[in-house]
Amino acid sequence: MLLIPCPYCGMERPELEFRNGGEAHISRPLDPSAVSDADWAEYLYFRSNPKGVMAERWRHVSGCGRFFNVLRDTVSDKFLAVYRAGEPRPPIGAEGSSA
Amino acid sequence: MPDAAVALRSPLERLALPAGDRFALAETPPAARFVFRGGEAARAACSAAFGAELPARLGLGGERERRAALWLGPDEWLLIAEGADSASLGAEIEAALVSAPHSLVDVSHRQIGLLVSGPVAARALSAGCPLDLHLSAFPVGMATRTIFDKAEIALWRRGATAFHVEVWRSFAPYLVAALAEAARGAPEG
Repeated sequence: MLLIPCPYCGMERPELEFRNGGEAHISRPLDPSAVSDADWAEYLYFRSNPKGVMAERWRHVSGCGRFFNVLRDTVSDKFLAVYRAGEPRPPIGAEGSSA
Repeated sequence: MPDAAVALRSPLERLALPAGDRFALAETPPAARFVFRGGEAARAACSAAFGAELPARLGLGGERERRAALWLGPDEWLLIAEGADSASLGAEIEAALVSAPHSLVDVSHRQIGLLVSGPVAARALSAGCPLDLHLSAFPVGMATRTIFDKAEIALWRRGATAFHVEVWRSFAPYLVAALAEAARGAPEG
């Protein structure tokens, strides 16, 4: 089973306690009515879906209940970094150093 | 608010709970339960009013006499006060917290406590709970919210071979049956 380090619990916890929350760092336009339809659709529906390192939101739903962000390699399913919600995305390439 | 005119009935009253030295299940005594949420100031004030320290981090649960505060999240705790009246205890805590933003929710009737004990207790729990329950990873006193199969539980280790499990009422018969079945085939140690 995948072990996910929760930044709020400070320990590795089994995957079953978590829910994936989709791509991270997507911010809602501050003034939606001023945004063009194309940009609004981009915000609502389009995700990067990369092959490789991806920033994702996860929620420790059956644990501390908190949302946090991770950098996960979508090829190897390896968690490269975890960080609290609101913190900036750490530089990529720090494999295994901040997990 | 719980209705005082409605008698509290155990969801386990018609079930035969396993008993014996090897593995035993028992319902914990009636208790007032709250879910408390708040910041650092509220945590300190609630610790004083409740009588048991609300732990600041995951790990040790705060326990004093018959009151326990379990860490659920960075700003969330489960308060268990055995034998206490939830209405008066709730009012007491609220009175001490007038100046601190917080949320105090009475969940006394939402869940029950189950004492799982015996040499195969950890093994039986491991049948459904994915946490590492070895003493080195989950020491005595540690408490956390987790899952048992599909049921969300709060797991609190009271001793090397004893666990306190908080489970929602409607999941309790299922949990009892699953644990009893798991214990039947579990090797000791």
